[in-house]
This record gives sequence, structure tokens and C-alpha cells, in this order.
Amino acid sequence: MAQEPATAKPLTREQAQKLLYQMVLIRKFEEMSAEMYTKTKIRGFLHLYIGEEAVAVGVMQSLGTEDNVLCTYREHGHALVRGLDPKIIMAEMYGKQEGCSRGRGGSMHLFDAKTRFYGGNAIVAGHLAMAVGMALADKKMKRNGLTCCFFGEGAIAEGAFHEAMNLAALWQVPVLFVCENNFYAMGTALRYTHAQTDLTLKGAAYGIASAAVDGMDLLAVMQAADTASDTVRNTGKPYLLVCNTYRFRAHSMFDAELYREKSEVEEWKKRDPIPGFYNYLMLQQLLTADDFKAMEIQAENEVQEAVDFAETCSWEPVEELTKYTYSENAS
Amino acid sequence: MPDNLITYRECIKQAIREALLGDERVFMMGEDVGRYGGAFAVSKNLLQEFGPERIMDTPLSEAGFVGAGIGAALGGMRPIVEIMTVNFSLLALDQIANNAATLLHMSGGQFNVPLVIRMSAGIGRQLAAQHSHSWEPLFAHLPGLRVLSAGTHEDARYMLAPALLDPDPVIIFEYTSLLNLENKLPENTGSIDISKAKVRREGKDISIITYGTGVYKSLEAATELAASGIDAEVVDLRILRPLDEETIIASVAETHRALIVEDASKSVSISSEVSARIMERCFYELDAPVKRLCGAEVPIPYPKHLEDAAVPQPAQIVSSIKNILQHA
Amino acid sequence: MLEYRMPSLGADMESGFLREWRVKPGDQIRKGDIIAEVETQKGIIEIEVFDEGTIGELLVKVDDKVPVGTLMATIIPAGEAVPVTAEKAPAAIGIPAAEVAAAEEHHIRASPLARRIASEKGIALSSIHGTGPDGAITRDDVEHAISARMAPEAKPELQKEPPTAPKEGISETKSAIPSAPVEVIPTKPTSAPGFSTETVRMAVAAAMSKSNREIPHYYLETRIDMCSALNWLSEANKQRPVRERLLPAVLLIKAVARALNDVPDLNAWWEDGLQRKASINVGYVVSLRTGGIMVPTIHDADSKSLDELMQALNDLIPRARALRLRSSELADSTITVTSLGEGGVETVYGVIYPPQVALVGFGGITEQPWAENGMLDVRPVLTATLAADHRASDGSTGSRFLTAIKNYLQQPDKL
Repeated sequence: MAQEPATAKPLTREQAQKLLYQMVLIRKFEEMSAEMYTKTKIRGFLHLYIGEEAVAVGVMQSLGTEDNVLCTYREHGHALVRGLDPKIIMAEMYGKQEGCSRGRGGSMHLFDAKTRFYGGNAIVAGHLAMAVGMALADKKMKRNGLTCCFFGEGAIAEGAFHEAMNLAALWQVPVLFVCENNFYAMGTALRYTHAQTDLTLKGAAYGIASAAVDGMDLLAVMQAADTASDTVRNTGKPYLLVCNTYRFRAHSMFDAELYREKSEVEEWKKRDPIPGFYNYLMLQQLLTADDFKAMEIQAENEVQEAVDFAETCSWEPVEELTKYTYSENAS
Repeated sequence: MPDNLITYRECIKQAIREALLGDERVFMMGEDVGRYGGAFAVSKNLLQEFGPERIMDTPLSEAGFVGAGIGAALGGMRPIVEIMTVNFSLLALDQIANNAATLLHMSGGQFNVPLVIRMSAGIGRQLAAQHSHSWEPLFAHLPGLRVLSAGTHEDARYMLAPALLDPDPVIIFEYTSLLNLENKLPENTGSIDISKAKVRREGKDISIITYGTGVYKSLEAATELAASGIDAEVVDLRILRPLDEETIIASVAETHRALIVEDASKSVSISSEVSARIMERCFYELDAPVKRLCGAEVPIPYPKHLEDAAVPQPAQIVSSIKNILQHA
Repeated sequence: MLEYRMPSLGADMESGFLREWRVKPGDQIRKGDIIAEVETQKGIIEIEVFDEGTIGELLVKVDDKVPVGTLMATIIPAGEAVPVTAEKAPAAIGIPAAEVAAAEEHHIRASPLARRIASEKGIALSSIHGTGPDGAITRDDVEHAISARMAPEAKPELQKEPPTAPKEGISETKSAIPSAPVEVIPTKPTSAPGFSTETVRMAVAAAMSKSNREIPHYYLETRIDMCSALNWLSEANKQRPVRERLLPAVLLIKAVARALNDVPDLNAWWEDGLQRKASINVGYVVSLRTGGIMVPTIHDADSKSLDELMQALNDLIPRARALRLRSSELADSTITVTSLGEGGVETVYGVIYPPQVALVGFGGITEQPWAENGMLDVRPVLTATLAADHRASDGSTGSRFLTAIKNYLQQPDKL
């Protein structure tokens, strides 16, 4: 399925292939994660991003190194695009001390100071107010960065969402709120959880500029995210971007998917962002089949290296159990 | 004020003012802290002095502004977040327990949260069951937090500065019933160690271990006991997490007896914890069972006589100790 | 040969029921293929393979309950033979037999501290009488028992060594004169008795430090001609069996008690002001052979006869030396008397035991030149001193008191 270019800026061959590679890498990484989960190498809850790759890849293109990023517990893809090494992500999911959170977080709590990646937050909507505070600090300290906060549509039903939106608008702080609407809060569909299903109106209620975009269309997401980020940077005010997307896999590994029809999943798979962007690039002659084959092999190798690395990593000694409960230089 | 007397309220205010003057990164936010002057008039006129950027009135939005405080701390600021009463803090408990207390550990040591949350607590102003409780134990349960209790004027005045220097989240409990109380500040205090309990009165016959509003009540009881020849030591825990076990154990090892006094209800409380630590660490120093005087197991009632009956009073401390010592 | 094991689909999944095999032996499979349906507590979940090859054996029957990790099928990678591997049974874990509990210990109510000390000193709790809450054995009870064990043979030496002459054997404390003239009741009012010699030393130190820190002492002294007293004593003892003979100490104690009747301001405690005491309870300093002192109380000394006072001393002194005094015998004194006997020194300046307000010290009786009515003579002379609390009394009060003692001792028949 071909897509019309949604952006006026022409992509170079290199840019185009890099974008596709990021989505492929996420897909391969998530498939491997599922396998390692069934083999009990990864434990706890595992939430896969398969199907939603275009959102993280698209939005992240509009962010710079000075910006803060906060995510939900379905954040492996975001971490990869933000620049975390697949090896330390996989090591983290294994629970090894070479992981990005020294194994203390696991799949749901990827953190990385170097890339200003603030999780990996597993209380739905719990990180929105933190994002407001981080933006407030930037404003008070007269720094230029914005704070990009990803969350699902389930979070919008939480009071914390509304408190955060109100504070962000009231204080006029630079937060880019990105709602990844995959239409299911775990197993409960949007129509069963929201009286108002047009989620952009949730921003309008607070006087926050809002827009919705097809989250399966990478180029559309990129353009919408550019507009949103520019608005935040230029006005210093918050923005709500709703990306409509779909997860192809179950909510977590242990999910019988009783709440949706397989036919619905199959319909959405026809809009898989990877073949969509692949076809677009083929039409634009920015990609060859051999390029893609090589890209898949490179991604598989990178993921396999991540697993191999995680296998060789070490466990934190039990004596270190309580380390990092308080700062080492605390009184 | 004559004779260098100062109210507990003024102590808190001076501490906040000193913090704002001393560090540009410090700002305070909370409900009615600015234009109203603080629900209990603690921050009166601070808005006029420091402006709305540093004294921020917030909406009634505890989860929101406590979360924002955490974010601002992550972003390099040193926020003082005021929660009007401990009861309202439960609206922000998710932020405190799931974010402030966990981020450092969950991120493998990458992200500390240098946040101070002040909240007024305690019983004794007839504010009834939704505006007066002693819920320090709820917060003292959470690893990752430092939980302080300002039971004296000295601590009301001097706890905030070290709390702001702490790289991790600190909760300071202040006590509504003490706000109007006048007292002298000890000389040469300046800064205090917020990792240590403090022996407020030395004694050899029994250790009264307490915190918060229990401190002045216990000192009053100790004075009365001295007239009967009983020499009670009063240990102010001050820091409820992490507990300063060494000071507790050292005291009990000297006196061989302990009475733990707190306003919080008895079940699963600070006194439960202290009692257990004494048993674990110095069981063979005990010459009498550890006793506790705690709040009644009841939501705090409105009428004065019932409110008084819901928490330990000095006379009960005196009679409990005479009983422990088999004093005629 | 590859193994396909029951996958773990969630942290809370322990097993699942195999409901359908989607493959049979010999089927080609590719990564991602669904090979079976497994029913869990969350419903039926399709399980996928992550390998490529041919299904070898299916090892689990439909509707079996299959624990996570159980070998379900073998998969032959392309071009491999089919060795069947038997799954190892997990090694049984031997559970060591529980140790037979030690014989049930007889429950005795004792504080942990008391238990610890008793254990360290090898004293059976069953031999100790508890005086704590609900009859619990406390530290004091154990220390009491220890001191009893340490000095079980202590006998009243007064019975063993009656005075042989009026001018000798002035005091039963003569053999253990402390190196410094300190007097103390080494306990606190709330404590039950029972001390180790180590704790006695510390208690003396504490009480004396407190006294010198808090009490503004003043001192008076007077010399007393003991001639008539000793003569009277000698006569009186001739009529008594050896066991009941009197010592000079009883005269001194009785004189002090009588004088207090006359000057009641010195029979008092200083606690938030002067508190006169109705009973005259004389604390009498007994030196311990191991160092330190004990000060047993002679209750109502003013109303006791000399013989009764002697009996009291005979009872108290050996028990004091054995550290076996009752708390009332330690705590009730309203004044303290120390008599250094004939050890050599003539004068003792005492330290008041708080909260008392006075202490009377008697030196040894020595022969000294004595001028009286213009005549010089040699007499047995006793120097009596008063150490008194200046908060509670003044020199004139003290002077009246010492003078009263002097007068009583010169009229021993009226004692």
C-alpha cells in the first residue's frame, strides 16, 4: 500500500532508509523480546510496541538532545529511537547490572540520563505531572528544551491527566503531550472508557492547542510532530498531539485477547506502518528490495548481539540490594 | 518578641525565608501559600517579598503539583511543596510513593529527586477526621523517603535547610497544634543533623521515645516525674525514616526500660517499629516490657474532650511510667 | 534436536491446559507459527514457536495440565536425525528431619536483662524471688541473689567479738575504714535492694558527686568528753550476756536521735524546700571489706531502747556487708551517722547524702588533755562533726544540735 507524502520536505535516501531501519529494528527487537520472555529470560510484565512503531519514530525526529522524554511502560521502541544501545536495553530486560537502569527497572523502567530519557513509567498518567514540573524547571532556569511526554489514551481517564493539563496551561510551560491512542486501555476499548472519544477536545478544554494524526503513517506523524514541537518551542506553551495507532500484539504477553476480534486486528495489520513506508520508499525509488533485505539482516544481527550481550552480563550482587534507595552522598 | 520567645509558626517562616534567600533554585508552591498567606499563615507576606515566581499558588491539585515538584527537582530546582494537611497528601500519595520514592532506585541511581514536601499534621485543634491525623507512619513505611518530624521550635526552624541539601525526597511533618506556641530557640544551633535522633532530656530510669507533638508532652511529664524522684530520659526521634536506631538502642541500654509515645494510632505505627527494633537489638538489656502510649484506634473526633482522649496526655505518660517502675 | 517447552506467558502463570495441537509430527514449522492452543486462567492463548524445522514428537496429550517449562515437543532442525531424549526427573529434595525440640523449659517470669545476668553468673532463675511487675524477676532481684551467694557466710561479728574494754572496740566499722570520709546510701529511692560491689562503687560516686554539686555544705564540730559514757557502758555490759553487750555506737546513735527530737529541722529532706520527717530514721555507715559503703537504716531510732538499737545493728551490719538489705532499709533514712571508730583519725567531715540535710560524723575516741574547772586532766575524747545543708538550716541550728548530742552523751543513763 502506497502512501502519499505528507511532508513537503523531500527525504534523502539516507534519511529515508534510517527511518525505515528504526522501525524495523523496533519490530525485530520486540519479536526477540517475546521469544526471550517465553524462555523466561525476561520476566515481569512485557508490553510490546509492534504496530505502533511509526509514532515513536515519527515524534522523536522532532526532538533534540536538550529535550526531555518521558514514556509509558511500552517504551522499548522509544528508547531505541532515542539512542539507547539495544544491548543495554536487553540487558535491562534480563535484569542484569549492565542494563540501562542497572537491572533494577526491567522492561517497564528504562532510564538513561545521557539521552534525558526519564522512563519507563508504569503508573498510568503518573508521569504527566512530572513532565509539567520538568518543563517548569526549564522555564524557570531559562533553558530552551521542551519536555515530550508519551502516554496512552487510558491515561486521559485519570485525574492526574487533567491536573497536569491544567497546570501546564496555567503555568504556560513547554510540554509536548503525545497521546498514543491504540484504542484499548489494556482490554477495554476507548468507547467504553470515554464519554468524549474525540481526544483532541480534552486539550481544548484547557485551552491547549491540540491535533490528531494517523499514527500508522510515519510521514504524517513526522509532520504533525514538527508542527507541535515548533508550536511548543515558539510559544512556550503545551500542546496535545493525539496519534491514532494500533498494537498488533496482545497488551502484554499474558493476554488471551478476549476483548477484540481477530478480524479487527487483521484489518489494522493491513495498515502496518513498516510495509506502508516500505512501499512509499520503493515508489520514490529511495529503497531497493536488496536494501531492505540487508536492513532486516542488520537489525536481526543487532538484536541477536543484544541478546548475546545480555546473556554474558552479570547479576548485581545481592549485597547491593538496597543501593540507590538513597543517594550515596545523602546525610 | 520579649525574652527571645518565638512562635513555632514564625520558626517555620524564618526557615522558608532563609532558604529562599540562600538559593535561587528554591521556590515554594502549594495551595494558598501566596495571596492568602498560607492556610495557617505560615507564609504570610512571603509572596510580597519574593514574588509569584518563587511563591507559587497552586490549584487544588495535590497530585498535580506534587508531581510537578518532582519534575522540577529532576530538572534541577529545589522545590518546597506545601501540602495543607496530611489528609490531603493522600491525593498525592501516588506521586510520593510511586515516583519520588522510587525514581532513584528504579533508574539504577541515575535520577535523584531533591524535593522537600512540608505538610501540617497532628491533632488538637478540633479539626475533626478529615483535617487532623498523625499519619507519619504511612510515609515512614516507604523506602526512598526521608521522613522528618518537627516536634520542637528548634527543628521547625532548622530542619528545612538540611532537608533542602538532601539529594533525595524529604517529607517534613509540622504540627498545627504547636503553631501558636512560644518558646526559646537554643543558642548556637544553626544547622542540625537530620540523620540523628536527639536526646531532649537525659535521665537514667526510663527512656521515653517519642516524636512530633509527643516531645513537649513527654518533657512536661519528665519534669513532673522528677519531683517523684524518677529520672526519665526523653528521646525525640525527629527522623522517622530511616530511623536512627543507634540513639534509641544506646538510650534503652542505659535505662533498661522504654515507653514509646506517639499521637498516631497504635497499630502498625512508629511505636510498633521502635518497639520491634528494641526487641531485636537490645532484648537482653530490658528490665521491663516495652510499653506504648499511642493514639486511639479511631478517626479523630470533633469535640474537644473526645479529641483529647484520642491522644496520649502528659498525665498518662506520668502514670504509665510510675506503673512500669512499680513506683508507689 | 530442539526442544519446545511450555512457554511462560506471564509472571503469574504456572501451568496451562493443552487444548489443541495445531501441528503433528512431521509438520514443517517456521518461526512465528502457532503450534498449539493453551488454556490459562486468562483464557485460551495461541502459542508460537521461535524455531524452524520439523516437528519430531508431541510429548503432551490434549487436555493435560502442563507446568511451565515442561517439554512439549521436539523439533528437528532440517537434516538432523531423531534422537529421543528422555527428560530427567527432577531430583527429589531431601527435607531434613525437624530437630526435636529441646525439653520444655519451665516458664519463669523474668526480664530479659535479669535472664542475661543470671545466665552470665550461673544463677538459676528458679532460686530467685521476683519483685517486679507481676512478680517478674528483675535485674535488682538477680543482683540481690548474686550478692547473697557471694557472701553467704557473713556472720554478725559483733556476736563473735564483744568489746573487751570500754575504751576499745568503739565501733564495729573499725576494720574497714574507708580511705576517704565519704558517706552515702548507694541507691535510689525507687530501687529494690541488691547490689554488686561494682555497682556500689558507682552508686557512691554518683550520690557523692550529686551532693557536692548541689548541696552547699557547712561544718561544725565539737569535742565531747566520753568518760562518763564509757564508764556507764562498762557497767551496763557487766549485767548483759556476751551476745547482748552494747557498743559505744548505740549511745552515739541514740544521742543523735534524741537531739533530732530537739532540733527537728535537721531530720528532713530537701525536695522543693524543706520537708521535715515525722520518723527519725538513722542511716548508719557500714564500710565494705571490698571497698565502698552501705548505709542501712535504723527506723525510729529515737523510740528504740539501747538494747533494741544493738539488736538492730547486729541484724543490719552483716546483711549490709553481704549486700542483702531491703529497699526500705536503704531508702528511708532521714539523717546519716558515720563513726570511724578507733582507726586513728579524730575528725570526719562528711558529705551529705541527698535529699537528707545533715550528716553527723564521729571520729575515733582518743585520750587527750582536757581542761575543766581550771584543772587539766586526760580524758577519752570524741570529736563530733556536723555537715549540714545550708539551704535547709543555719549555723545556729547546727550548733544547738551538736550541743544537744554532747549533753546526751554526758548523761548516758538518761539515754
